[in-house]
Amino acid sequence: MTDAETALLLARLQFAFTVSFHFIFPAFSIGLASYLAVLEGLWLKTGKDAYLNLFRYWLKIFAVTFAMGVVSGIVMSYQFGTNWSVFSDRAGPVIGPLMAYEVLTAFFLEAGFLGVMLFGMNRVGRGLHFTATLMVAIGTAISAFWILSVNSWMQTPVGWAYNEVGQFVPAGSWLDIIFNPSFPYRLVHTVIAAYLTTALVVGGVGAWHLLGRRDTPEVRKMFSMAMWMLALVAPVQVFVGDLHGLNTLEHQPAKVMAMEGHYQSHPDGAPLILFGIPDSDAQTMRWSVEIPKLSSLILKHDLNAPLAGLDTVPREDQPPVGIVFWSFRIMVGMGVLMLTLGLVSLLARTRRKLYDWRWLHRFALVMGPAGFVAVIAGWVTTEVGRQPWVIYGLLRTADAVSPIATPAVTGSLIAFVIVYFTCFAAGTWYILKLMSHAPAEGESDVEKEGPIRTAGITPAPSVER
Amino acid sequence: MIDLTVIWAVIIAVAVAMYVLMDGFDLGIGILFPGFRVGKERDQAMNAIAPVWDGNETWLVLGGGGLLAAFPLAYAIILPALYAPLIAMLLGLVFRGVAFEFRWRDPAHRRYWDAAFCLGSLVATFAQGITLGALLQGITIEGRAYAGSWWEWLSGFSLLTGFALVVAYALLGAAWLIWKTEGQLHDDARRYATWLLPAFLLVVGAVSLATPFLEEQYHQRWFQWPGLLVTAIMPLLFGGIALTAWEGIRRGRDWLPFAAALGLFALTLIGLGISIWPDVIPGRVTIWEAAAPYSSQLFMLVGAAVLVPVILAYTAWAYWVFRGKVGEEGYH
Ligand code: HDD
Ligand code: HEM
Ligand code: HEM
Repeated sequence: MTDAETALLLARLQFAFTVSFHFIFPAFSIGLASYLAVLEGLWLKTGKDAYLNLFRYWLKIFAVTFAMGVVSGIVMSYQFGTNWSVFSDRAGPVIGPLMAYEVLTAFFLEAGFLGVMLFGMNRVGRGLHFTATLMVAIGTAISAFWILSVNSWMQTPVGWAYNEVGQFVPAGSWLDIIFNPSFPYRLVHTVIAAYLTTALVVGGVGAWHLLGRRDTPEVRKMFSMAMWMLALVAPVQVFVGDLHGLNTLEHQPAKVMAMEGHYQSHPDGAPLILFGIPDSDAQTMRWSVEIPKLSSLILKHDLNAPLAGLDTVPREDQPPVGIVFWSFRIMVGMGVLMLTLGLVSLLARTRRKLYDWRWLHRFALVMGPAGFVAVIAGWVTTEVGRQPWVIYGLLRTADAVSPIATPAVTGSLIAFVIVYFTCFAAGTWYILKLMSHAPAEGESDVEKEGPIRTAGITPAPSVER
Repeated sequence: MIDLTVIWAVIIAVAVAMYVLMDGFDLGIGILFPGFRVGKERDQAMNAIAPVWDGNETWLVLGGGGLLAAFPLAYAIILPALYAPLIAMLLGLVFRGVAFEFRWRDPAHRRYWDAAFCLGSLVATFAQGITLGALLQGITIEGRAYAGSWWEWLSGFSLLTGFALVVAYALLGAAWLIWKTEGQLHDDARRYATWLLPAFLLVVGAVSLATPFLEEQYHQRWFQWPGLLVTAIMPLLFGGIALTAWEGIRRGRDWLPFAAALGLFALTLIGLGISIWPDVIPGRVTIWEAAAPYSSQLFMLVGAAVLVPVILAYTAWAYWVFRGKVGEEGYH
């Protein structure tokens, strides 16, 4: 490998590492913010203390998660420039404004109302407090909106023209750029993914306490809510995922070929390859287990429809098949398991055994982290499947990188790995500690637990009681 | 047609100034942290900033994001040129950001999170100072890209600006504590400030003396008419405010040192502006050369015109709600 190739590879690894770490936190906090809004809304409506106790319980966990999301996010906003400066220069006029809107509409909103949400229960009226919770939830959703618009534009760029120095500049309407062809699918699929991730964590914690015979009314309530979420939303996600795939087939066919492992074209009906060992050097799938014609049925809704394979794509334009093929299967596998868990919970419910079937609780417990696995696998499919392009079909990843010497990138990568593992491992440990006790009657306020001052502009009482 | 490029240059300058002033005092408290006694005194210092630090840091994201959006070429040249200090700054911010949370969550290891808080603040500040120095001394560019080595930023001058910023933020931090706290911490902050103010004047003087000799452009600005007028007035203004600050620290009202320190910072930033205007990369690239196209600037300006006032309003409200002193028992 030449020096430049090494530097490129390290830059890619660094980006993948930092963005994957960052995304773990929003994947949870987007869903959790909405869940908190629902809990508080239910409490205001019904006046039942169980909802308030649950609200307070998850609020403490939210505070720690959110803080980690913020610090890892600040790193991301500088990664584009430090490591992908050519990309920044050339795409800045298009994606820059979208990200600036994210700061103005989402980040300040979140920071502004988080303080009231965390510590303001006794300082502002209930209505105002509920408004603050809603604002934070809306802020996280707005954040997802803008950043996914950016990412989707990189996948399916429209509404641009070159200027005289080779930059991509907006041409025509900004609405076309924001609502580019893959954006609606990606937004819906990712936000649902965040909700599922949260439901699985909530369900997992509920199951843990049910197994430990700490089944307070709060524990039952949260387990039941999580299982409803899964039963209702996991099928929707599978459906949306299918639509997302069809859209990708239209705009990024090579990515779908890699996901499906289709090295060869199939003029009359392509098989669905369940498993196999992709061998890109030989351009073939080894040891494959296939179901004839099923792939054509899924992608074209016709058993005998022809499907092109990677043999129609020049070698230098093919994505790395191995990674994409497997990460896609991991995501879909997780999706099927989530679907199963949702269905089993429905069955248990009809038998009135939701709180009694211990193997259901064990299943829910091991599925606790499944959402994180699925979202990371999904993103790896999306991003690696886009390769070798950063801006699909227009700018190659290899041409987008900063002119940075190898030792600098090596040093920063090592530093990120060490710092992230120490800091975020500690954070995860504190979250697990919070989860290890069951939510119960008289759940304490955030402020009673000593001021965990997260993010948020709005200050709070600052006493360690 | 109004020149949107100038408007955007002003907006970004304001965002960076907001960041320096607001995050400056909370980084400064991080730097002074080991100087406070373990226990109540440290808790109180933490509480004086804990509520506001994240809002303050969001201005940094706006500064970076705004630069990418309005001046993509500048963003693409500056960030690789300052690779090492910027990465160090980000890692420092990670450490101190999580320390705010974790020190309360884990009393057994509070000592370590306190150390992380101080070290993170120190590293982030020093790196920001180096960034400033490296920009002023000039960076190597070829075509549309950075073309220097990855340690070009390192020089006596950039180390000096790094050190200067540490002193400067520490002064802001001490002044904030004089205003917002009472008791032992308040007295300690006063004591530190009496040392920090002269030190601040010294380092700012050193940087100001060195700067005109870095680039012909700066020299002309400051030593030719009409710049000479400013050169003559600046030290007078500076001296006046510094005296006020000194009075405030010695006796005076508690809010005075902080207000005066803000004034000193504002003057320094204005001086910086005089040196580099209208460049976005000093001595190399002007704001017009780096500007994004009109349509990008206009699209963002619509949003900024509506949203920035709203943001400023709720930020001001937040500070208002928690006016007054943080006692040992918190705000009262
Ligand atoms: C809980 C998480 C989760 C689950 C259960 C699924 N996905 Fe997914 N998937 C994501 C979370 C996700 C994601 C993280 O949100 C991605 C990454 C980028 C994106 O748009 O969504 C994604 C990407 C993604 C892509 C790539 C689109 C592209 O890059 O152009 C396809 C084709 C699918 N998904 C399809 C599916 C199917 C058919 C599923 C059925 C089981 C499925 N996903 C379950
Ligand atoms: C939504 C905003 C996102 C944007 C704008 C974005 C943009 C980019 C860019 C510029 C690269 C560098 C080019 C490359 O190395 O291929 C990249 C690579 C990558 N990104 Fe994303 N990304 C986003 C979200 C994510 C998320 C949330 C994840 C994972 C959780 C992710 C995973 C990756 C991976 C794994 C790579 C490396 C691909 C490879 O090197 O083959 N991305 N992305
Ligand atoms: C490379 C791409 C990304 C960049 C540059 C980025 C940037 C940032 C920044 C700077 C913050 C901190 C905001 C603050 O100071 O309050 C942040 C937080 C956040 N980001 Fe990202 N982000 C990226 C990818 C994503 C993706 C893909 C999503 C979701 C779909 C997302 C959702 C969020 C949310 C919800 C927060 C709030 C904090 C939290 O919930 O943990 N980000 N991001």
